Amino acid sequence: MATKDAPTNDPMLDPVTGEYRVIAPGHTFRSVTEKISRVVLTSHTPVGWFGGLLIAGGGAMLLLTAVTWLFLVGTGIWGITQPVAWGFAIINFVWWIGIGHAGTLISAILLLFKQSWRNSINRFAEAMTLFAVVCAGMFPLIHVGRPWLGYWLFPYPNTMNVWPQFRSPLLWDVFAVSTYATISVVFWYIGLIPDLGTMRDRAKSRLAQYLFGWAALGWRGSVRHWMRYETASLLLAGLATPLVLSVHTVISFDFAVATVPGWHTTIFPPYFVAGAIYSGFAMVLTLAIPIRRFYHMEDLITLRHIDNMAKVMLATGGIVAYGYGMEVFMSWYSASHWEFFMMWNRMFGPMGWSYGILIFCNIAFPLTTLWSRKLRKNVGFMFLISLIVNTGMWFERFVIVVTSLYRDFLPSSWGTYKATRWDYMTFVGTLGLFTTLFLLFVRFLPMIPMSEIRMMLPQAKVRTEPEPLREVGD
Amino acid sequence: MPMREGTYGLLAEFDTPGELVTAAQAAYGTGYRRMDCYTPYPVEEAAEAIGFHRNNVSLVCLMGGLLGLAAMFGLETWISVWAYPLNIGGRPYYSWPAFVVPAYEWTILFAGLSAAFGMLAMNGLPTLYHPLFNAPNFRSGATTDKFFLCLEANDPKFSLTDSRAFLEGFRPVSVVEVEY
Repeated sequence: MATKDAPTNDPMLDPVTGEYRVIAPGHTFRSVTEKISRVVLTSHTPVGWFGGLLIAGGGAMLLLTAVTWLFLVGTGIWGITQPVAWGFAIINFVWWIGIGHAGTLISAILLLFKQSWRNSINRFAEAMTLFAVVCAGMFPLIHVGRPWLGYWLFPYPNTMNVWPQFRSPLLWDVFAVSTYATISVVFWYIGLIPDLGTMRDRAKSRLAQYLFGWAALGWRGSVRHWMRYETASLLLAGLATPLVLSVHTVISFDFAVATVPGWHTTIFPPYFVAGAIYSGFAMVLTLAIPIRRFYHMEDLITLRHIDNMAKVMLATGGIVAYGYGMEVFMSWYSASHWEFFMMWNRMFGPMGWSYGILIFCNIAFPLTTLWSRKLRKNVGFMFLISLIVNTGMWFERFVIVVTSLYRDFLPSSWGTYKATRWDYMTFVGTLGLFTTLFLLFVRFLPMIPMSEIRMMLPQAKVRTEPEPLREVGD
Repeated sequence: MPMREGTYGLLAEFDTPGELVTAAQAAYGTGYRRMDCYTPYPVEEAAEAIGFHRNNVSLVCLMGGLLGLAAMFGLETWISVWAYPLNIGGRPYYSWPAFVVPAYEWTILFAGLSAAFGMLAMNGLPTLYHPLFNAPNFRSGATTDKFFLCLEANDPKFSLTDSRAFLEGFRPVSVVEVEY
């Protein structure tokens, strides 16, 4: 290309590598700390934040309404029926858990791979994980019909003298998801402690000093503490990595262990995990792009981050495409009449439109455009594509759940599925709840890990020899 | 807890991690042992300089993981074989492959909780009060952009005058006496 060699005076380009910088030049330890903590410690809350909270809170109220009515009346208000007994609840559950996975991927797997660019986005990606797990965890609970007896899922001594059945993937799910939620909370909180110490020391108001002081547990930055802290973070990352892979694998077992055509396939675990990461990165982009603009964080969450995330989406999207291809191939190659009919019905049956949306949103559109470097660095386009992929991944779960169930072996037991307004309200409600929690998070906690950003600055390197002249910048 | 009185130590403030590490190495070389560095992000060289080379977080994590594995696998076996045997599709009561998944999850759960809480316990956290917070310059810098070396008064080599002179030799921003 002719333009490639042209001299550029873009300060965001590294003159040595020609790559976009991870953090804009010119920052000091104090400037990054001030920039990040100011968002929380200011007494001026932006009006836009209140506007967002109003809309998101309204969504959360919808959820409250829908769930209240559900508890009063029962799951009959939903569209679930025979043969589609798993409707929106399970679709949304799998979708939300999948979104959560990118947070763990960013915080754990990229830490192990020493991808330091992740430092800017890992805190809010982890927060996204937590809030997504909150939304996800609710669905199986309200789907059981009598959620107040949800604790029956756990093994505990009881007067009925019954115990859970450990050969069922549904029970494995209980342990996978509860472990995932717990470890995500712990990992997130441990990561917050040093920053909470910073917030405690910088807070001006008495209340903030108290609250941050309690939450920081008395963190004072001792290097002995730091060394144990670093070991613990690395171990948690090492543990979260197999955990995140196992969680969506176990969720895919809920389907794959059943004998229903369209579910009973060995491609499910890797294909679910890749899909989870695909949609999760899309959600990180959906959140990061407005936030960096609204809070002027363009020098900390740079185009390099957006580009890298787009590349991860391209790779995982490719795996998802392979999964779709393999499903189609196996339905033919298995020579099973039922499998073949399932695939034909999925593509061209009464609900074929959902398969069309899925292919367009997950494959046709993103996997053709994301190859372009120019488009990957176009923030508006990336925001659009993140919304499209999230939609597509929701439809993937819809296709898996509904189009496999509604026409299985016996035509006499075929049925259909139509979501009711309560289904939609619950789904939109969880979007509201998620956004509400996220808005509260960006207002009350440092959304970018300050201590990790400090480590990435050039002056963080230890130089014990007399410093070269150009380093003396005061 | 009885109130302690007197001097906790001498706190030297530096602008760069390099100066801190130089001073810490010299202090360790001179024979100071009861001391600590305080930095706004992990500085491995400073930990090395004061002779802190290894920690036991990994060991605690491993023990936790093994405990979780044993606890869950044992629970599943006991429930499925003795407490509440169910015939599920003719599978054996002791269907260990099916037990692997929850046991795996609990291994991670216990290992993770042990690593996190073990780290906090070994660090002696939560400790909401610490004498260093009394130093006027500590809280404005230690968690933001300054690097501190504290020689503690309970070190046999410590003396208010000599140790202060020793620290002044590294041209710190300031040397402050910290009270309990």
